[in-house]
Amino acid sequence: MIGRQVALRLLLAFPTLFGVALIVFILLRVVPGDPIAMMAGVTATPEEIERLRGLYGLDRPLLEQFWAYLGQLVQGDFGVSITRRLPVTELIFERLPATIELSLFAMALAVGLGIALAVAATYWRGRAAERMTDGFSAFGLAVPDFLWGLIFILILGVLIPVLPISGRVDPSLSFSSATGLYLIESFFRGQFDVFVSTLSRIVLPALSLALPLAAIIARVLKSSLAEVMQQDYILLARVKGFGRFRIVMRDALRNALVPTVALTAVQFTFLVGGTVLVERIFSFPGLGNMAIEAVVNRDLPLIQGVVITFALIFIALNMLIDLTYGLLNPRLRHG
Amino acid sequence: MNDMLAIEALRITIAGRNVLRDVSLAVPQGHVHGLVGESGAGKTMVARAVLGILPAAARVISGHIAFDGAEITHMSERERRALLGRGIALIPQDPMTALNPAFRIEHQIVDVLRHHFGLGRTAARAQALELMHQVHIRAPERVLRQFPHELSGGMRQRVLIAIAFACRPKLIIADEPSTALDVTVQRQVLRLIKHLQARENTAVLFVTHNLGVVAKICDTMTVLHAGRVVEEGSVEACFERPAHAYTRALMAATPRYDQPAAALAPVPEALSRDLADEATAWDARHGAA
Repeated sequence: MIGRQVALRLLLAFPTLFGVALIVFILLRVVPGDPIAMMAGVTATPEEIERLRGLYGLDRPLLEQFWAYLGQLVQGDFGVSITRRLPVTELIFERLPATIELSLFAMALAVGLGIALAVAATYWRGRAAERMTDGFSAFGLAVPDFLWGLIFILILGVLIPVLPISGRVDPSLSFSSATGLYLIESFFRGQFDVFVSTLSRIVLPALSLALPLAAIIARVLKSSLAEVMQQDYILLARVKGFGRFRIVMRDALRNALVPTVALTAVQFTFLVGGTVLVERIFSFPGLGNMAIEAVVNRDLPLIQGVVITFALIFIALNMLIDLTYGLLNPRLRHG
Repeated sequence: MNDMLAIEALRITIAGRNVLRDVSLAVPQGHVHGLVGESGAGKTMVARAVLGILPAAARVISGHIAFDGAEITHMSERERRALLGRGIALIPQDPMTALNPAFRIEHQIVDVLRHHFGLGRTAARAQALELMHQVHIRAPERVLRQFPHELSGGMRQRVLIAIAFACRPKLIIADEPSTALDVTVQRQVLRLIKHLQARENTAVLFVTHNLGVVAKICDTMTVLHAGRVVEEGSVEACFERPAHAYTRALMAATPRYDQPAAALAPVPEALSRDLADEATAWDARHGAA
């Protein structure tokens, strides 16, 4: 059953990817700006520019370019970066772990914070604590992630400089990572100086990304919990003699999470999208930061590669979401 | 005889309106007491008052509820939690919604045992299995592993009965436990409750609108109308010589197993009017809060 679901999803991923590739391809050739001219610089002669154009295949008809591009894509080849002159795949794999780590860390923060807020509001229903969490949700939702980033830099990086505000790890520490996931790897290899350094640099960007999502989770989970708390089985739990906290945390939460997971998952894709700006703000060496550089430099192969990579991440995420439903809601398991 | 539940002149209002007007009743140990009335008569309010789960707008104005000789009317949340599930248990009305859809049956029986007796996982599991046998569930091992949505209504009600009897409480509140089931299952469930109650010598407050059910399993009964007790006594006495016209009217409105074809008569309008007037008069005497 689950196998069939996965297979179907994978099959559907192909047209989606084709669409993404097509849109990126067209968009990048419609917007103004000549990548070759930028690359060659102001001193280049027209002959040199023509030669480079030929080298990258940019002098051929559009359809032919697209066809060649698709052929490469199918083989997992994103071409060569115009500015960095390295294979795009290599560049992406170098940066991808940083973005994955940041996104997952932010997601964990958002989920933890969101659940804690919703549970607190439900537990202290009708009291000041509930109004406080409502206020926080409204605020967290109203301020976008990049603005949170700027606020954190200003307050915790400049006014009260307690946390570093750029990079991924202290440059004076030597750490060669096999996986690119610094946080996890340094922890398991016992290099705690690296771990702490990485942690202190990931907290602020992750928190910036997490706060709006935490607010959304808190809000939806709270209303979902309120509904669940009205159910007969919660009444029975009370009559069994369970305390209110236990009822909220164990008897109600799991039921209330089902609708929240759907929303969280969708919002997570927005969070991943948000990494582009937040990474830029914190000079965090991830995929998003590279994407902005690529756009500034009109590095077509790199932009295409990054966008396709993001598309792949989104598709994989959505697949994961659907599979989680079954785990949380036993009624869907035997569909 | 030792009264497990004694309610004395209980008066409850919701948003200032009287819903229970000095209700008194007693359930001795080992007895099944029927609490009968139409919907809105206040039966469920009595049950909820005993369990301490009244709606937020409800106020206990006066009166007492005693469980096993001890006053529980205004007990603290903490004390009540120690009592609920262990001393007093509930068999809820609707088996389709009373089990938590996210947890396996085993979890829902075991949790109350572990909570009140601090049993280990294995001991609690063995107990749960034993309880499943007692409520006559076939293939109990399999059922324990199942989720509520995989069971029929009758099976779920058996599970709920097992949960209610799990900690061997002294008093069980049965809130229309058979109303949501079809007739054949209804009879099995009633027989099961009666059987377990007799074996454990449990006192049961049996809330129902169905006099036929009362005749089958109750020893004593109270008839409520508009939050007032209009009739009380042993089931035989009430059925043979109903003192109040309303009890007679209810009987005429109840289908009988032995005379399924007999015509049913609704409660006469004049009687309803009289009863409503009496309730208004009561409110006038006691101040309509």
